[in-house]
Amino acid sequence: MHMPDGLINAPVSIGAGVLVAGAVAVSLKKTKGSLDSQTAPMAGLVAVFIFAAQMINFPVAAGTSGHLMGGALAAILVGPWVAVLVITVVVGIQALVFADGGLSALGINILNMGIVTVIVGTLVFALTMKVLSKTKSSIVAASAIAAFISVPAAALAFVIEYYLGGNATYDPMTVLISVVGVHLLIGIGEAIITALTVGAILATRADLVDGARKFLPKEKLIIKDSVVS
Amino acid sequence: MKLSPERVVLDTNNAHEHGHGVGDHLYVHRHSLVHDLPAQVKTVAAIVFIFMVVLTPVHAVGAFAVYLGLVFVVVKIADLPFPLVLRRMLIEIPFVLFAVLMPFFGPEPRVEFLGLSLSQEGLWSAFGILAKGTIGVATSITLAATTRARDLLQGLETIGVPDLLVQIASFMLRYSAVVTDDLSRMKVARESRGFSATGIKHWKVLANSAGALFIRSYERGERVHLAMLSRGYNGTIIDLYKPVVTKKDWRTAMALPIVAASIMVIAWITL
Repeated sequence: MHMPDGLINAPVSIGAGVLVAGAVAVSLKKTKGSLDSQTAPMAGLVAVFIFAAQMINFPVAAGTSGHLMGGALAAILVGPWVAVLVITVVVGIQALVFADGGLSALGINILNMGIVTVIVGTLVFALTMKVLSKTKSSIVAASAIAAFISVPAAALAFVIEYYLGGNATYDPMTVLISVVGVHLLIGIGEAIITALTVGAILATRADLVDGARKFLPKEKLIIKDSVVS
Repeated sequence: MKLSPERVVLDTNNAHEHGHGVGDHLYVHRHSLVHDLPAQVKTVAAIVFIFMVVLTPVHAVGAFAVYLGLVFVVVKIADLPFPLVLRRMLIEIPFVLFAVLMPFFGPEPRVEFLGLSLSQEGLWSAFGILAKGTIGVATSITLAATTRARDLLQGLETIGVPDLLVQIASFMLRYSAVVTDDLSRMKVARESRGFSATGIKHWKVLANSAGALFIRSYERGERVHLAMLSRGYNGTIIDLYKPVVTKKDWRTAMALPIVAASIMVIAWITL
């Protein structure tokens, strides 16, 4: 959820902004060598994808529905560095062009929804893949676990910001239990949607999934007789 | 809808578009001082203004009234319709609930109001979040309604936002209509086959759409990139048009945060 202005005080908001600037600077450096001129159009289209994917409503029950946050998904699909840039742009555009989320809370919103979800998603995905066999179904399982953990991690980041500079009288412990509790449930949804989406892409264009690239064997080009003759 | 004839004057001396560009969902076209200010100047002014509001102690009720008044003056100067601004402010509602519940759970001392026992500190915090959040969302909406997305991106680059981020953002805005159209075509295709999503059992189908959308978007990115390379793209985009920013623009725009800063300082001194 996009935080409004005034919920977190100015010093913590600015601190979050500084952290975001650092993470973006590192990501820009990391993408410079590997993708270079390719980065912009491709990353731009991935940004649109994340933005559009957030519009797909997944019905839960009794008229309620949820949607994807997409931090872990982006990290698995295009790698953590591009993912940080992409989500930073998505959240920034949502604040500046769509007036969604406070201007003073921009750093906080990017930090929670972009940086934390991407870092946690990437780490959990890598750790899970270490213990699992290197197959497509384990990549799907690892995506689910990464997405599941990334959501309460983002909520935890919010609780830390709230503890450091929250302008409300709710007890931080109560906030911790309720916010992280709710986001554990949301995380289940995120995990299922992320895993199903990664699975769908692996089935048709496994080469596009950055997280899967080093685990899957190089596919050989096979020309089948039945097709040729 | 009634068309007002004075709005349909052809401006031949100062040729510019009157239509909506890409990503201009909230943009409201007017000819005003606020619209004419360069985008980056407005953005910086809005952000500094919000920080002044956030830095103000919650007990300074009068200060928040003045801030809200200032935003309304800007809305008035920008010639934006008030009902539109108010309607768009509804985005804030979830946090209103968060704030409204606070006085019931806050710490001692408590005050009696209409037979309810409310926490005094909780009331002040709730007021602070509502006041700052409301002024914040009104400011964001005014900024978005008076600034074209294209000008915003161009402007952000001139104040030091990295070129790559600006490029990603401009691709995102340029292709958002194309990709969301892709998405709605998939929805039409699903529904014309008799599909309607009612519960978790349908998530697989929706996730397949999301997967297909990713592949389509990525492949479109590849095609766009190749098309750009063949036209000489080397990683940087050359702007033939550079907006001119004068000191006067900065003075005009910064008037708002400077007034807010003085009010904030007065609020701290007098409390």
